[in-house]
Amino acid sequence: MAPSDDTAPADARTWGEPVTDALKLRLHDAMVQARLIEETMIRMMRTGHGYFWIGGPGEEAWGVPLGLLVHKGTGPAHDFLHLHYRSSAIVLAMGAQPIDLLRQMRSTVTDPYSMGRNFVNHFAIRHWNIVPVTPTIETQYVSAPGTAWVQRRFGGIGVSIVNGGDAGTAEGDFASCLNWSTRPGQELPVLILIAQNNWGISTPAHQVQSSADLAQRAGGYGIPHRVVDGNDPIATYEALREALAWCRYERKPFCLQGNVARLYGHSSSSGALRHEEPDCVATFEARLVRESTLTEATARAVWDRWQTHIHAALEQVKTEPMPEREHVMLHVLAPAGSQN
Amino acid sequence: MATQAQAVRMALHYGEENLGVTDIFGEDVGAPLGGVFTCTQGLKTAWNAPLDERGIIGTALGIAYAGGRAVAEIQFCDYIFNCIDLLKLCGNVHWSSAGAYCVPLTVMTPVGAGIHGSMYHSHSFESMMTHVQGWKVVMPSNPLDTYGMLIAAMKEPNPVMVLLPKALMRTKGEEPIPGEPDDEKELNARINAPVGVDRTNWRPRWPDGLTDYTVPFGVARVRREGRNATVVSYGRHLNLCVQAADELSAEGLTFDVIDLRTLYPFDLPTVKASVEKTGRLLVVNEDTEVTNFGEHVLRRAIDEAFYSLEVPPRLLAGLDVPGVGLAWGYEQYSVPQAADVKAAMRAMATATT
Repeated sequence: MAPSDDTAPADARTWGEPVTDALKLRLHDAMVQARLIEETMIRMMRTGHGYFWIGGPGEEAWGVPLGLLVHKGTGPAHDFLHLHYRSSAIVLAMGAQPIDLLRQMRSTVTDPYSMGRNFVNHFAIRHWNIVPVTPTIETQYVSAPGTAWVQRRFGGIGVSIVNGGDAGTAEGDFASCLNWSTRPGQELPVLILIAQNNWGISTPAHQVQSSADLAQRAGGYGIPHRVVDGNDPIATYEALREALAWCRYERKPFCLQGNVARLYGHSSSSGALRHEEPDCVATFEARLVRESTLTEATARAVWDRWQTHIHAALEQVKTEPMPEREHVMLHVLAPAGSQN
Repeated sequence: MATQAQAVRMALHYGEENLGVTDIFGEDVGAPLGGVFTCTQGLKTAWNAPLDERGIIGTALGIAYAGGRAVAEIQFCDYIFNCIDLLKLCGNVHWSSAGAYCVPLTVMTPVGAGIHGSMYHSHSFESMMTHVQGWKVVMPSNPLDTYGMLIAAMKEPNPVMVLLPKALMRTKGEEPIPGEPDDEKELNARINAPVGVDRTNWRPRWPDGLTDYTVPFGVARVRREGRNATVVSYGRHLNLCVQAADELSAEGLTFDVIDLRTLYPFDLPTVKASVEKTGRLLVVNEDTEVTNFGEHVLRRAIDEAFYSLEVPPRLLAGLDVPGVGLAWGYEQYSVPQAADVKAAMRAMATATT
């Protein structure tokens, strides 16, 4: 990754803090938070406090490192995020409030992401450049070159980050992303992420994918690419840090695949039952205890703290109003003068 | 007088100079061609996209997210159908994000028959597009309105679909675009790229006096006034309705001919007032007849002015066939022609109660 432009900002090549014990503890804390939120939302669905659940338990080691590495902010100077519906760990690690996810899960009118209109984990956070998440599994790949095109023209170190699942790469929009990011002389700073969980709803990947290494498709477009163990937050953090540095400094795309787990199936449509797959939170926690970075008691305290916090948030959300007739027609069309 | 293609070109030039347009792109939109209908010749922000309609709409959406303002072209509407879910996404962003994001985006695409375009260069799109919520949808019938509605589109915070009747691309209007040269030859020399020579160093000399002339959305224009029936149309067929109205005046029949111009939101008050005056309504377009946008106009007119209607309102539209065939007869007999329009208008005006 030799730098090709000495005028690029100095911090682009060294984006993100190095891995330290303090960082490991932040990763662990955020992973626990994300896991507990998702499991709480599954319980909400089962107890009648939400219609439908879909999310990302099992992808905490993939999402939290990214959330910590995002250049947060508004506008092309900062990163844009084109996410899919298994991205809760990313958004929580960025600093989203757990209560807001619960609001969307319960479809309250106070849901700041969609006012109770969209499924849970369908974020839209303009002040962090998180563009609206949709239930489509692929369209985020084809809008990412647009924000990156503006960022290319703007300069700076902001990049566009697109996250999707392995099933989404079957759609043509994934190829569009690769193609539009590599037009000769007009390459775009896009970090193209693939969370390979080996499932597309109920279809196992081996039935529909000729290779488990989906990132290699990017090689056909001249895009550097690699596969990382997405169940290992340290390996993921290091890989993301390197990939983001490439995108920020070279102003070109990078494709990173993380092999992850899907712990509770596709969604509540398949029961949201716990599956026997690697549990990245438990594995990481055991590793930290083994390395003496964390004690079992302090680990327990992290779980207890977030459990208490989330429980209080849930009790609050249960009291909040639902959308009514007067809310239906709000925001159908943007008023004159609106802008992003 | 400027042609419709020249009207598009001048409006886009005004937009990139004055309205914050950052990107004008699509297939063959940039140099050297400047669009298959020459609509984008000489524009400084025009560029060629991969032949990937989903990539075009998706990228345009991303540009909007990031604060840019794109005018994207789909070369023929026949090739926009693989983008339906992206159009839906553009239209639902503001609502689904509870107002957090808007999508200031203009998409323009040629529509309709009339150039022997066969099955994949003759389709209409307004019936489908007006069913995609969150968009404004317009179809001009002349160069002046084309200019004014594009100016309006480029000021919009919402996505706007500009449907351009392809058969009108090279036709001239009856009214000048403010700022266009009086001498047509001078206009052509200024803004038409040279043909048959290397265009590498060619640059347009844009007219100096182009203005902010804007046609507001949702406002129809009554092109002819009469008493025997109301005729509602838009785009290419609006002109056929005007022509028929002029011819039928010799038979003592006069018509309110309403150019809707904006299909969503359409100008119901103007339609209603006219129907209340004439008691008769004919809607004319060339889209296929089943689930046709004209049916919506009829339904709203019936809802609002039922007791004013003296005879059943009618829709004259294209036959419900999969496409417009290439041979002369297929188009003649499946897409309403001038004689069909005239006959339908006469029938509406003279139907007995």
